[in-house]
Amino acid sequence: MLKGKVFKFGDSISTDHITPGRLAHLRSNLPELAKHVLEDADPGFASRVKPGDFIVAGSNFGLGSSREHAPLVIKMAGVSAILAKSVARIFFRNAINLGLPILICDTALINDGDELEIDLSSSIIRDITNGNEMASGKIPAVMLDILNEGGLIPYIQKYGGFNS
Amino acid sequence: MSKTLAENILGQKCEVEVRAGDIVIAPVDIAFVQDTTGPLTVRQFQSSNFGRLASPETTVLFLDHAAPSPNLQLSNDHKFLRDFAREANCRITCVGDGVCHQLVAESMAKPGDIIVGADSHTVTAGGLGSFATGMGSTDIAIAFGLGKTWFRVPESIRMAISGRFARGVFAKDLILHIIGLLGADGATYKALEFSGGTVADMSMSERLTIANMSVEAGAKVGLFPADEITEDYLKSQGRGEHYRPLVPDNGATYEQVMEIDVAKLEPTVSMPHTVDNVALARELMGIKIQEVFIGTCTNGRLEDLAVAAGILKGSKCHRETRLIVAPASRRVLLDAMEAGYIQTLISAGASILPPGCGACLGLHQGVLGDGEACLSTANRNFKGRMGNPEAFIYLSSPATAAASAITGEITDPREVV
Repeated sequence: MLKGKVFKFGDSISTDHITPGRLAHLRSNLPELAKHVLEDADPGFASRVKPGDFIVAGSNFGLGSSREHAPLVIKMAGVSAILAKSVARIFFRNAINLGLPILICDTALINDGDELEIDLSSSIIRDITNGNEMASGKIPAVMLDILNEGGLIPYIQKYGGFNS
Repeated sequence: MSKTLAENILGQKCEVEVRAGDIVIAPVDIAFVQDTTGPLTVRQFQSSNFGRLASPETTVLFLDHAAPSPNLQLSNDHKFLRDFAREANCRITCVGDGVCHQLVAESMAKPGDIIVGADSHTVTAGGLGSFATGMGSTDIAIAFGLGKTWFRVPESIRMAISGRFARGVFAKDLILHIIGLLGADGATYKALEFSGGTVADMSMSERLTIANMSVEAGAKVGLFPADEITEDYLKSQGRGEHYRPLVPDNGATYEQVMEIDVAKLEPTVSMPHTVDNVALARELMGIKIQEVFIGTCTNGRLEDLAVAAGILKGSKCHRETRLIVAPASRRVLLDAMEAGYIQTLISAGASILPPGCGACLGLHQGVLGDGEACLSTANRNFKGRMGNPEAFIYLSSPATAAASAITGEITDPREVV
């Protein structure tokens, strides 16, 4: 069971909001890069987020670049899951490959600062603050298998390749 | 059953009948990274304990995003990649060779190939009929080690393109118009397949511009048929033997068919801060522009520099506007020098950057100041993209960009030609 506080974002949060090109020189210094996570969307996010918290966003979260540093610095900040109305294709794969859960659901009723409880095995999201409960969309089986192993590298190390 | 282009390519490669929605494990023909995604890819590859690359000769590292490097951290990343290439015996480019996607198109991609790159604009090679898509570092690290990756076979949207472009209107205006129609997530997880009479006559340079930006509608791939234009392009590079015709089957099932008559299009511009925020250039006249950037994997080819030089010949950039040009590759720069375009552009006031990604993503040369506006021929205008979240980026064709460099404000190119 995951439990934490909501940091709410709008639609179309791009990988440039999460980790912009001007910080590319920090990409081999991940602890330093992670201090700037989501800086261009919410400059105070990195200092306020606590381990276990959730990012809750609108549509097309993570659009843009293939830079895996975007979900990586979010994971390093301690975020335990991302909830969004929809997620860009490459970001979705990258997050799952790093073992960072993504839940697709109607996020309109979840507010900034709400406390959530999420059961990943049943995909049930409970908003403790307002009492709402909802189910997230199903993650494709191939991605669920990767997520359940903690990411793509542990998955490949376990199976030696992709299970067809 | 009749198949789309996407189903045809993945089915042939996987040697099974595939339908949209199937999950396939596909062999990879080319796997590549660039200098800002490569170091993480290499570290993920090393931590996976593969020991060796599945195919060193089709594993490529491109030094293009920060080339030459502007600081010691990125210089050390370049050094790390060079050391890896030497040990792993794979290919690596040199700073100044050009943008990865241009070099893939110029010298590597073949119709029907599966190409994966740690860069979202890997879709560019769809212009040659390659199933080419961007992925993150871990996916590419696994492709480096296994020579395979997994795909969900995408549903396809057929873009049926007809009509002739009016004077001053180009392939870039068409793809900006399409992204405006679809929205930035209108094709997420899907293939965009381009066809129709206009496509049959379209140059490879135009096809690459359109395929390049298919990801800005969220698409997994942007696919063109492989035809005589493709064959001529490959022959011009001395690799005509790489050609094979590739078309969708008659009667293939598309999720959606969109029909567009390009004769009705006008010069189009994306406004800050999303690519789908489109307007006509003539509706934006009067917006002052401090920087014009012509280049990138979208519009840094010889044909693009020819259009810009044609408009700027005998003119000067506006005194409040700087013009920065980055040819997409060494080949493009050499050809543009021979054709006299570079001399024309420099005489008009341009500064020329080495072939590469240039000012596109805010790493170096061409970073914008607070409150400044740039009109760029690149593919993205997200907040902060060109190095400053307090700046504003507009996207257009090279013609609109060149016309605007002369007037210092967003200008419909039909006003100056």
